[in-house]
Amino acid sequence: MSHAPATIPDVSRQDRLGLPLNARHISKAFGETSVLSNLDVFVPAGQFLAIVGRSGCGKSTLLRLLADLDQPDAGEITLGHGVDRRVQTRVMFQEPRLLPWARVLPNVEVGLGADGRTPKGRERARLALASVGLGSRAQDWPSILSGGQRQRVALARALVSRPRLLALDEPLGALDALTRIEMQKLLEQAWLRLGFTAILVTHDVAEALTLADRIVMIEDGKISLDLCIDTPRPRRRGAVELARLEEQILSYLLREDAHEPDYVI
Amino acid sequence: MTAISIQKEEGASARALRPRRHKPLAGGVSPWLLPVALLLLWQGGGALGWIPPTILPNPADVLAAAWKLTQSGELAQNIEVSALRAATGFLIGGGFGFALGLANGLSRLSADLTDTTLQMVRNIPHLALVPLVILWFGIDEEAKLFLVALGVFFPIYINTLHGVRNVDPQLIEMGRSYGMSRSDLFGRIIFPGALPSIFVGIRYGLGVMWLTLIVAETIAANSGIGYMAMHAREFMRVDVVVFAILVYALFGKLADSTARFLERLCLSWNPAYRSLSQ
Repeated sequence: MSHAPATIPDVSRQDRLGLPLNARHISKAFGETSVLSNLDVFVPAGQFLAIVGRSGCGKSTLLRLLADLDQPDAGEITLGHGVDRRVQTRVMFQEPRLLPWARVLPNVEVGLGADGRTPKGRERARLALASVGLGSRAQDWPSILSGGQRQRVALARALVSRPRLLALDEPLGALDALTRIEMQKLLEQAWLRLGFTAILVTHDVAEALTLADRIVMIEDGKISLDLCIDTPRPRRRGAVELARLEEQILSYLLREDAHEPDYVI
Repeated sequence: MTAISIQKEEGASARALRPRRHKPLAGGVSPWLLPVALLLLWQGGGALGWIPPTILPNPADVLAAAWKLTQSGELAQNIEVSALRAATGFLIGGGFGFALGLANGLSRLSADLTDTTLQMVRNIPHLALVPLVILWFGIDEEAKLFLVALGVFFPIYINTLHGVRNVDPQLIEMGRSYGMSRSDLFGRIIFPGALPSIFVGIRYGLGVMWLTLIVAETIAANSGIGYMAMHAREFMRVDVVVFAILVYALFGKLADSTARFLERLCLSWNPAYRSLSQ
């Protein structure tokens, strides 16, 4: 990671990758249970949006719809103008989901699709791997990497094709605290340089505050809070204003009337 | 602390987590200690008159019989016939089992149409068909090939199907989301994911292959190792009978070792197989 900044090439202002994402009136139900109902969200090009909420609130469902992993029951989602969302979107899952039978470099090449096996694709994969600080592990099996290293390979795989939209489904949730801070830095760096639109689902409000431009909270299938975070970057961990915001968001999330129990013990 | 030293520590802890294996005795001798001891006991027992030669001849006598059979060319010819039967039957049965296992694992329609029938047929012990097979094919080659192919079909079918169905759905979702074509999805995720299970089927199928061939050759054949044994029984040549059994054991071991070698070669990504091969 020590040489990471040098190897993610800077993208000039007008070449920034991000496209606006627009979701209108989307609904999703699983059987009888409605998870999202008539939800609207617009994400401007290049914005880093964090989606927070209690577990089971539908935030992962929303991300899966936005990333084209699932189809909404109703509503429409567009990325830019007439862009194939599947092609231009990359997803980082909670688990690295590396192919255990492929070495590290071919795993990154997966991100390039059919171009991955051309000499040019291989070179791009090599650069992407170097940019997450794992250039020397190209020929290792994923099974001998640590959890954090695997997630870094997954990040390289997600970014190698220069996606317009990066969807992150709690990708740092399973990492230890130190590795998580490292990964957050790496992620922020890549986002600042490439300028893709990013959507991060997380249950960790502090993480959302470190990374995001904007935080939305999902409750009962709807957006209950939409908050712009304009604190300048790089954000200092434990800074007073972030701590105050975290406290506000958490107390809103835990407010008395939010989840009235059906009975009291 | 720099990032680089963090990486080094992570590598070290990953190594420490690998299961420790005992060091085999010099040159992998340990698996052969027991067979050699049994052989010595057998020879000693025979020499001291504890084991009558009409029940079980000495290893030395068996070896002499083997030498005679080798010199006359009878052994080589019978081995060739048996090995050809085994290989052909295995390829036919295994090929069908693999193809149907893939088809039923990948296609709901194909599974709906054939799986129930196959599961019913599977529950018939294939050796119960011997009388029927003799009536159908006599003692020609087809009889042996049919039985071997039928015996090998099911373990390979079941394990291929199981392997394909149990490929990690998260990986398949990743592949779809990353724009893999259907053929890429199969070649890069489904087939490699099913391969460990397919190898279990192959190894099990090899066992069934020898078992079926022995039975088929002792009951209905006029060539092959099993026939050699039955023929020798008629002349009370216990040494030849014992030798034929040993040949089967050796061939079974050889087939299994080959399969294990291929397994280690193809599954070297898997830490369990990797540490065995290193």
